[in-house]
Amino acid sequence: MAAGVGKTFRMLLDGHAEQEAGIDVAIGLLETHGRAETARLAEGLPIIPRRRVRYRDTVLEEMDLPAILSRAPDLCLIDELAHTNAPGTEHPKRYEDIEDVLAGGIDVISTVNVQHLESLNDHITELSGIRVRETIPDAIIGQADEVVLIDVTPEALLTRLRAGKIYPTERIDAALNNFFRVENLAALREVALRQVAEEVGAKRLTTELVGSREESVAADAPLAVGERLLALIEPYPGAQRLIRRAWRSSQRLGAELDLLWVRPPGRALSEDEERSLSALRQLASVLGARMLEEESDDAAAAIVDVALKRGTTYILIGRSRPARGLARLRVPLPQRLMQRLPGVDVRIVADRSGRSNSERP
Amino acid sequence: MSVFVVVIAAAAGVLLGLAAGYWLPPHGRAPAREGAQAARRILLPFGGEAISRRSLEAAVRLAKAENAVIMPAFLTHVPMNLPLETPLPVQAARGMPLLEAIEQRVSSQGIPVDSRIGRGRSPRDALRKLLDEEHFDRIIVSADEDPRTGGLGYADLRWLLERVPAEILILRPAPEDTRRISADALSGHF
Repeated sequence: MAAGVGKTFRMLLDGHAEQEAGIDVAIGLLETHGRAETARLAEGLPIIPRRRVRYRDTVLEEMDLPAILSRAPDLCLIDELAHTNAPGTEHPKRYEDIEDVLAGGIDVISTVNVQHLESLNDHITELSGIRVRETIPDAIIGQADEVVLIDVTPEALLTRLRAGKIYPTERIDAALNNFFRVENLAALREVALRQVAEEVGAKRLTTELVGSREESVAADAPLAVGERLLALIEPYPGAQRLIRRAWRSSQRLGAELDLLWVRPPGRALSEDEERSLSALRQLASVLGARMLEEESDDAAAAIVDVALKRGTTYILIGRSRPARGLARLRVPLPQRLMQRLPGVDVRIVADRSGRSNSERP
Repeated sequence: MSVFVVVIAAAAGVLLGLAAGYWLPPHGRAPAREGAQAARRILLPFGGEAISRRSLEAAVRLAKAENAVIMPAFLTHVPMNLPLETPLPVQAARGMPLLEAIEQRVSSQGIPVDSRIGRGRSPRDALRKLLDEEHFDRIIVSADEDPRTGGLGYADLRWLLERVPAEILILRPAPEDTRRISADALSGHF
C-alpha cells in the first residue's frame, strides 16, 4: 500500500517461518530504511552481500544477482520489486533480475507498493498529485503464485510515521506534507484492496478454466468481491447517455466498467457513425472505461464470450429499437443473455433524455 | 399457371423480406438518426460546474429555427504531468451530471443532441482540438464562464473570435437574469 506499512517486516516473518520448516532461505536484498525493528528481524537469516557498482563518480550498492544464482537457496527474499538498478548491472530493473532468479529454480518473496503498478500509475497520480517514477508491468504481479496485501488504516500509518517508525525525524514533516496525507493514504488503501481483489478474482477465473474437481467447487461459489459492468453500445449519439449511466453505476458499486460494441463483419460506418464512435472513445477514455470491439454476426454469442472472459457481473443495455418482420418472433437480446449468463444481472437503461423538466423551477 | 407463379414469387418475396428481418441482427440496420441528414451543428462548450441558462436557451431557440443539432461539449483539462489520454475521474464526476442535465433539457424540447468531450492542456486547448477534429456551424458561449472552475475566460473568447472560422455567439448575461444550469437541474437520479 505505502512505505512503512510493514511489507519488509512481513517478508522477513515469512522467511523465518520457511526457515523453521527446513527450507534454505537467504536474503538477496534487504532495505531496512534505517528501521531498527526491521534490522533486528533479519537476524538469523543469511544475507547474500550486495555488490558495489561504479556509476560515474559514485559507487552504488546493488543486489548481487550472480551471487544469488550461485548460492541457489530454496527461497530468496528480495525487497523493493520496483527498484531501478544502476547502469552496468545485468538488467535495468529489479523485477527483471527476479525473473532470472525464478528461472534458476529459486522461489522468491518480494515487496512492492501499489502505486508502482504501471496501470494504476496515472490514476494514483491524479488522486495524490504525486507521480511515482518507478513502475512495474502488471503482468509481474499476475505471475505471482500469491499476492499478500499488507493493510493498515491511514490513521495507524500516520501514527507510526509521527512516532518515527517509518522515516527519520528530519523527514517526517516533509512526508506529512506530501504523500502521507489521510486522503492520499485512504485512496491508496482503496486502490490496493481493489487491486488484490482483482488479482484473486483473475486467478480464480484462470483455475476455473482448467476444470479440476476443486475448481468446479470454486466455480459454484459466488464472486466474493468486485463487480464488473459491461455496457453494450453502438455508434450513435444516444450511446453516450448509456455510457454515462453505466459509469455512474460503476462509481456507486466501486466497479470496473467495460464498453462493448459488437460490430457486424465488413460493415462500413457512415460519417456520422465514425464521428459518434470517436466521441464514444473519447468519453470512455475520460471516464477510465475500457472500450472493446468485437466483430461478429452473432451479437449474443460475442457478448457472452466477452462477459465470461472479463468476469462481468452486470450488463447494461440501452432500449432497443422496435423489431421488424420475423425479428418480432426472435427472443429479445436481454432474455437471451439472461439465459446464457446465469448469475449476471442484465439491466435495460431507460432513456430519460426526453423526461419533462416542467416541474422544475 | 403464370398467375400462380407470380403469386408464389410474391409470397416468396414477402417471406424473404420477413426472414431477412428475422435473421439480420438489429445492429445490421442503420441506426435511427436523431435529426435530419444535413442538420446544422451548434457547439455549446463549457468547462465549469454550471452554464448560463440564457446560453442554453439561445442554443435551443437557434436549433429550433435552424433544424440544428445541439452539441454540448465538456472541456476537460489534463495537468501537464499526466499523459493526455489519462482518465479524469474527478473532472468526470463534475462534468457528467451537468452534461446529462443539459441533454435532458435539450431533448425535452424535441431537439437532437449529440455530446462531445474535449480534452487538452487547458479548456482552450481542449476546444481547439475539438474544432480541429469536427466542423461546427455555430458556437455559443457565455461571457460569464469562470476560468477558475475550468470555464473559458475572456482571453479564450477573444481567441475564439480571432481564430475560429465559425459563427460565434458570445452571450453576456443580463443583470436581471444570472440563472445557471448545474447538475442540480438533473431530472431523476443519474
